[in-house]
Amino acid sequence: MYALVRNFFTALKHIAKGDKWYYSWLAFLSFFIVVGVISYIRQLHTGLILTAMRDQVSWGFYISNFTFLVGVAAAAVLLVVPAYVYNFKPIKEIVLFGELLAVTAITMCILFIMVDMGRPERVWHLMPLVGTMNFPSSLLAWDVVVLNGYLAINFLISFYVLYKMSHSKEYSIQVIKPLILISIPWAISIHTVTAFLYNGLSARPFWNASILAPRFIASALCSGPALMIIIFQIVRKVSKIEIDNRALFKIAELIAYAIGLNLFLFGAEFFKEFYSGSIHLAPMEYLYFGLHGKTTLVPWMWAALLFNITAFLIFLSPKARENFLTLNLACVLVIVGVYIEKGMGLVIPGFVPGVLGEIYEYSPTWTEKSITLGVWAAGAMLYTLLLKFAVPIYTGELRFLSKPGKE
Amino acid sequence: MPKEIKGHNLSKSISRRGFLKGAALGLASTAIPLGQADASFWEAYLQKHFREMNEDELRAVIKRLEKEYAEEYDVNFNIKTTKAMPGTLFGYGLDLSRCIGCRRCVYACVRENNQSRDPQIHWITVLRFKKGEKWIDLEESEKYYYPEAVPEEGYFYMPVQCQQCENPPCVRVCPTQATWKEPDGIVVIDYNWCIGCRYCMASCPYGARRFNLAKPRIRKEELNPESHYLGNRPRYAGVVEKCIFCVQRTRAGRYPACVEICPVGARKFGNLLDPKSEIRYCIENKRVFRLKEDLNTYPKFYYFFAT
Repeated sequence: MYALVRNFFTALKHIAKGDKWYYSWLAFLSFFIVVGVISYIRQLHTGLILTAMRDQVSWGFYISNFTFLVGVAAAAVLLVVPAYVYNFKPIKEIVLFGELLAVTAITMCILFIMVDMGRPERVWHLMPLVGTMNFPSSLLAWDVVVLNGYLAINFLISFYVLYKMSHSKEYSIQVIKPLILISIPWAISIHTVTAFLYNGLSARPFWNASILAPRFIASALCSGPALMIIIFQIVRKVSKIEIDNRALFKIAELIAYAIGLNLFLFGAEFFKEFYSGSIHLAPMEYLYFGLHGKTTLVPWMWAALLFNITAFLIFLSPKARENFLTLNLACVLVIVGVYIEKGMGLVIPGFVPGVLGEIYEYSPTWTEKSITLGVWAAGAMLYTLLLKFAVPIYTGELRFLSKPGKE
Repeated sequence: MPKEIKGHNLSKSISRRGFLKGAALGLASTAIPLGQADASFWEAYLQKHFREMNEDELRAVIKRLEKEYAEEYDVNFNIKTTKAMPGTLFGYGLDLSRCIGCRRCVYACVRENNQSRDPQIHWITVLRFKKGEKWIDLEESEKYYYPEAVPEEGYFYMPVQCQQCENPPCVRVCPTQATWKEPDGIVVIDYNWCIGCRYCMASCPYGARRFNLAKPRIRKEELNPESHYLGNRPRYAGVVEKCIFCVQRTRAGRYPACVEICPVGARKFGNLLDPKSEIRYCIENKRVFRLKEDLNTYPKFYYFFAT
């Protein structure tokens, strides 16, 4: 007990200590968190009428961000596969940070669902045992199961490894190998289930296309690892951790394949919709050309396509992807590209045109934007604190007591 | 402890769910200021799913809800829990050749079913189509038409409301089973169980579901106090609602409000299991169709042409 309490304070002290950049970063994030919380309290009090969501477009910015982040969380698998299955050493060293990112992304997903709910205090109604979870019929019930399971798996792996490291012990691969092996199909499953959540609705032709789940996976394998490449560069800049360039370039190479696949699947969908040209083309037409003069999403969608193609060309060329300037540019482009495509570009055309043909142009309000920013800031804060705790353990600067009185 | 907290059912043994709820309550009560932790607050918060309540629990809930409504609206509500009559399966018919697009049904429904006036909620949508143009493509329809007089030359109208599907996608997707199909075929919602995720709205092919974006507002003198738990009792902010075939009327042998008000007799209603009913006559003798039949939702809402 004594050791536990002491260790807790050691960790707390370590997290609280930092240079002026660290404090300004936390202050910067806190500002957006506070603004987000205030906006959320207003939304709770007045209702979702403060958002731009209406009966015609009943999901909006929150669910868009949720969908994108499920992809980020799932992408941790891309690092786990080569690390553990093929024993590719340079990536193995950094898998831990991918798993902590997955923990963060899932936490953000849960926050986005909570802020979207009309009656968040009734969340216990969908929990197993205490509520009346509609399992296996509702895909949303499945999503609750797989997302929380994924959170638990990644939490267990990363904290087991950190625990062992912090007590100067070697972690046992026998213990975590089964968990890691489960986490690979599980990562695929969280994004597949999230895709099926939309996919299963025959009322919404844009979602009701078999290509949806494969496109979800392909796009997740673009944006998630790109985010990791950027994060790793920051980590090795601000800490003593050395991350091998070879690891980053390997990830970049994998992204090239993923974007290629994603663009191919997009082309397949584009062809089918436009060549056959049935009335179910309308949502796609709305996205890329506008419908009855309504064109809110058109510039965004073309920008996303342009970004994805440019990023693909950069990632494809070994010379360009091994130059940090072009590599980082490509990473940002593909993150933004997928954020548009798998965010608003996925959710909104499900509702436009509506099931009775109405075209309601959705564009998030300030309430939605500030709450969304708040959730992103909270995620960034969580990840910063997790790293602040994990990095010194990793480098050996932070060690915990195992037994009272024994160093 | 949970037995005392739950208030009723003292003689029944503690179920696992009851125990977990009690434990949750115990934990939560430490976090809630004492002033708020009065019995009715917790009773409301921990209210069970409608279909899981026994007679005693249901009676207690109805009593509490009537008290809550009386405090809030200063109107004495009578909330019924009438069950489906055996041997009934409600069906609806709509004669497209008669409908003149006057929207009297829309507003009769609003009055009967206590829809929020601000923000405005309508359960019935009347679509206007230009004669001689695409019809199956609903994108060509107009929902916001404001003529001096109806019917307008060159147009026809198609009212749409909940189609009471036999195979309802909304029920399939609801993560909490807060919406379900009753034995008489009406798809209902427990407004005290809905979490407001709006998945049902995404799944509905007929745009029949409405969300309470804010606290519903209705003037006291416009409230209809004759209500049903699964029907027209006042709703809450953050929950979904929809046409329930006026369950408070139809289970008492009356017509839905929209059928009663229709000035041209375009709306028909009855028991599909009764071979002598008017709705059965229409289905067997008119050229009927159902909306979006390709989705296999099997609506119990039939459109037809009288001539």
